[in-house]
Amino acid sequence: MKLFPIRGGVHPEYRKELCSEKAIVSMPMPELLYIPLQQHIGAPAEALVSEGDLVKKGQMIARGQGTVSVPHHAPTSGRIKAVTQVIAIHPSGLTQLTIVIEPDGRDEWADLPAPIDDPFSVKPQEIKDRVAQSGIVGMGGAAFPSAVKLNLGIQLKIDTLLINGAECEPYLTCDDRTMRERADEVIDGARIMAHALGAPSVIIAIEENKPQAIEIMTRAAEAQPNVEVVGVPVQYPMGAERQLTQAITGLETPSRKLTADLGVVVHNVATARAVQQAVRYGRPLVSRVVTVSGEAIREPKNVEVPIGTPVAKVVEFCGGFTSEPARLVNGGPMMGAPLVSLEVPVVKGTSGILALTAGEVKERPASPCIRCGVCITVCPCGLSPVEMAPQIRKDHLDVAAKLGVMDCFSCGSCSWVCPSHIPLVHYFNYAKGMLAEMDREKKKVERTKALSEEHTIRLEKADEAKKAAMAAKKAEMAAALAAKNQAASAAADKANP
Amino acid sequence: MSKLFPSKTAPFAYSTNSVQKTMTTVLLALAPATLFNLYLFGWPAILLFAVTVGACAVAEASCVAVSGRPATSTLGDGSAVLTGWLLAMSLPPWAPWWTGLVGAVFAIYLAKHAYGGLGQNPFNPAMVARVALLISFPVVMTTWVAPHPLFSANAPGLADAFAITFGGKPIDAMSSASVLGFVKTELSRGIPVTQSITQVPNLMDMAIGYRVGSMGETSALLIFAGGLFLIARGIISWHIPVAVIGSLFLMGAVSNLADPARFTGGAIQVMSGATFLGAFFIATDYVTSPVSKQGQLVFGVGVGLLTWIIRSFAGYPEGMAFAVLLMNALTPIIDQYTRPRGFGRTRKGDPLPLKVNS
Amino acid sequence: MLIDVGSLTVLGATLGGLLGVAARLLSVEEDPLEEELKAMLPGSNCGQCGFAGCGQAAVALAKGEAPVTLCPPGGKAVAETLALKLGVTADFSGMEEKGPEYAVIEEDLCIGCTRCIKECSVDAILGATKLMHTVVTESCHGCAKCFTVCPTDAIKMCKVPVTLGNWHWPKPDVGQMH
Repeated sequence: MKLFPIRGGVHPEYRKELCSEKAIVSMPMPELLYIPLQQHIGAPAEALVSEGDLVKKGQMIARGQGTVSVPHHAPTSGRIKAVTQVIAIHPSGLTQLTIVIEPDGRDEWADLPAPIDDPFSVKPQEIKDRVAQSGIVGMGGAAFPSAVKLNLGIQLKIDTLLINGAECEPYLTCDDRTMRERADEVIDGARIMAHALGAPSVIIAIEENKPQAIEIMTRAAEAQPNVEVVGVPVQYPMGAERQLTQAITGLETPSRKLTADLGVVVHNVATARAVQQAVRYGRPLVSRVVTVSGEAIREPKNVEVPIGTPVAKVVEFCGGFTSEPARLVNGGPMMGAPLVSLEVPVVKGTSGILALTAGEVKERPASPCIRCGVCITVCPCGLSPVEMAPQIRKDHLDVAAKLGVMDCFSCGSCSWVCPSHIPLVHYFNYAKGMLAEMDREKKKVERTKALSEEHTIRLEKADEAKKAAMAAKKAEMAAALAAKNQAASAAADKANP
Repeated sequence: MSKLFPSKTAPFAYSTNSVQKTMTTVLLALAPATLFNLYLFGWPAILLFAVTVGACAVAEASCVAVSGRPATSTLGDGSAVLTGWLLAMSLPPWAPWWTGLVGAVFAIYLAKHAYGGLGQNPFNPAMVARVALLISFPVVMTTWVAPHPLFSANAPGLADAFAITFGGKPIDAMSSASVLGFVKTELSRGIPVTQSITQVPNLMDMAIGYRVGSMGETSALLIFAGGLFLIARGIISWHIPVAVIGSLFLMGAVSNLADPARFTGGAIQVMSGATFLGAFFIATDYVTSPVSKQGQLVFGVGVGLLTWIIRSFAGYPEGMAFAVLLMNALTPIIDQYTRPRGFGRTRKGDPLPLKVNS
Repeated sequence: MLIDVGSLTVLGATLGGLLGVAARLLSVEEDPLEEELKAMLPGSNCGQCGFAGCGQAAVALAKGEAPVTLCPPGGKAVAETLALKLGVTADFSGMEEKGPEYAVIEEDLCIGCTRCIKECSVDAILGATKLMHTVVTESCHGCAKCFTVCPTDAIKMCKVPVTLGNWHWPKPDVGQMH
């Protein structure tokens, strides 16, 4: 299949060998599971249980709110210990409402929805409903509700379901192992999703540094005429949705539009597998494969982790730390978030837990920009970090917005390549957050102005109504007085002819 | 754990690039040409080189100390040493010691730190220094000598060298004109280029270096090799060198074709003067040249064009330094108009049009 | 000599004239100052500045007749922004650096007097005489007029909390780089 080049990008040290040959293993259930209500993009779920309730594995414990939301399910059977504020797996260190479950050790499944025996003969809506009620989100890390993404097939004509097996982040091998060990399930899930989207063809894109995965998936897809497995060049960020779409189709997704507008919908391999489990067995999303890696981890592994397991327990299962890590990362080293504490829970979008040594990170304090321009060469979005960063530093956020900082998806290529180790992505994340806050404040001011105007109008109307009533009353009284005077004068006339 | 506190975002991995590595590679690329030329011009050149580089280092340390940071903190990145090195390469090899010192003051204090230090200067510091010296001390800065290789018969010994560099011993008896200088003087005397050109060293001599000029002008081949090394190492890209040399060659060739008596040909233009040094080492300075590749091409063409114009029509035989400074002034506007196209957007910045799909 | 003086004069006049024409043809439109100042103010027309509304306050500020510290709900942030725009220096010592706030009525202390309802310029308080009053948080913009008039101190001003929804990365601190 003809492939197209993508712009920019870098070639970091991949270090996949730490984990790529380690098969997926299960870990023992921890003493407590913490299921946050917000693990996804969209509105947080609403808790359906309260302290003391008994739940079974796969039982829905939180219901989605609104159209862009997902439900959450109990990863095992047990008792609800509390529904309380617990530290979130988020760089801010803030807490969020979380359901705490105490496993009873029996791991009993609840009554699950019936398996859909022939998914290709049912209506697409039935598949989407099953995906929605199973709490499936994008498992590449974005955690966007998958059912909502499948709905794109309603208004747009989707030609291709592009399954993202690129896994371009260093260290991470969870998708690689999923493709090698669960190839049939992934392909089945992909075909089911394609049916739900109305897409005639499925392309599974895998970076060429995973030859075994390409081979195994190609063999598994041989029987399916509409499924093609394609090896894509190893280039970070090949796994980014728009870049992968460009590599496969040659088309650039216009700014502010979706890849679906080009007829392509992208889903992660693990998401496809989760859909297969939900449709074929009725099993909701209650666990995921997490790559635990980095030189500071004693035994790097790919672990099937129940959702809600504290990171500390996962690290313990992998032998603990060999030395104090210089950086603890949730996700990959290029786009992952720093882990604030080890007591945070693994959630549906946690693809990796990395414990990196100082030697692996190679951080240095920032030095002045020498305007070498390599950041421009590597930016996949065609932006100019060398110009945006000083504007942000000087608080000219409007200039930065004009230069296109909102287009940045924080891939990290520019910061990775900068010889002066300037925290470019940090500047852009700050700018994006600050611009969003300023936008919210502006909207609030506009709302306040509107309310104030309505208040003034209401008072004026009340005033006018009062005046009208007074005038009416006056007129009434005057008329009554006139009538009285007339009657009096008529009487006087009568008395004095 | 203090290390867990989110003081910064991703990425948590870095390439092996560093400012120091870049500067050291450039110095490495310059080394063969420098060593050869130090040999060619003997002890006075060595002394002047030492004084210039040393003065730049001291100037840098003093600036940094005045701003409250440890004096040697920025010497490590090698940028001051590189500035001094390039400045020394563009001075007359037997110039007195104070040209190196005054040059260092101009380059480091005025052209670099007065604007805010590394990365903040709009003009190339070495070229600012050279031009300032040229305008202020024209005689000293245009007194060239023929090569007097070290240890050869008529080369000055160390004691003589001290006298020349520090003692102000006159060297008029040994001075001679550089190629471009000679041609220009002859032109002003009414002797056409076609005639004067026969009296200058041939192209091969100019390429290898056995001729009159500054250390950066002689041995074009060694400088060229250094430049290719820099491109191979990814320190610079081919855009600026190709644009400078290409446009200079083109202008020379076309004008020579039109009026051979008035203009020197393309090959002479490229081989003489500090063309190769300018194209590979001076115009490619990161801080003062455009950041995008298209911008670099425009910049390079401008440098080549201006160099040819100044060499052919202006009062100075060597135009590279002025050309570079003039184009440095245009770098911000070149940068503004050669920004890359955003992904998913047109060149103007609007979202790409979408073919309807439903 | 006449030629020298004359030629330079003509040159100067011509160039000066060209500059003047260019200044007119290529001039940049300035936004009206008042509109910009009005956009900087909270916009609730609460009246605490002494002017009838934010519009009139902006007019006065543009004329230089009002101090930049005139807006209590805007706090130090608004005062600083106004000062920056007008290019004046002002004494901010009287103002505290408080972030966005909103009012909360403590139900135990509320006596249903409706004084706060009458004060609120954006109708953010629901309630009626002798009935419980409550603040509609989304509409409240923290001007604190209700806080001032409540006879039983039932209203307290709370900071708008940082949540996962509105947190963002702080500006990176690169130390003494330049």
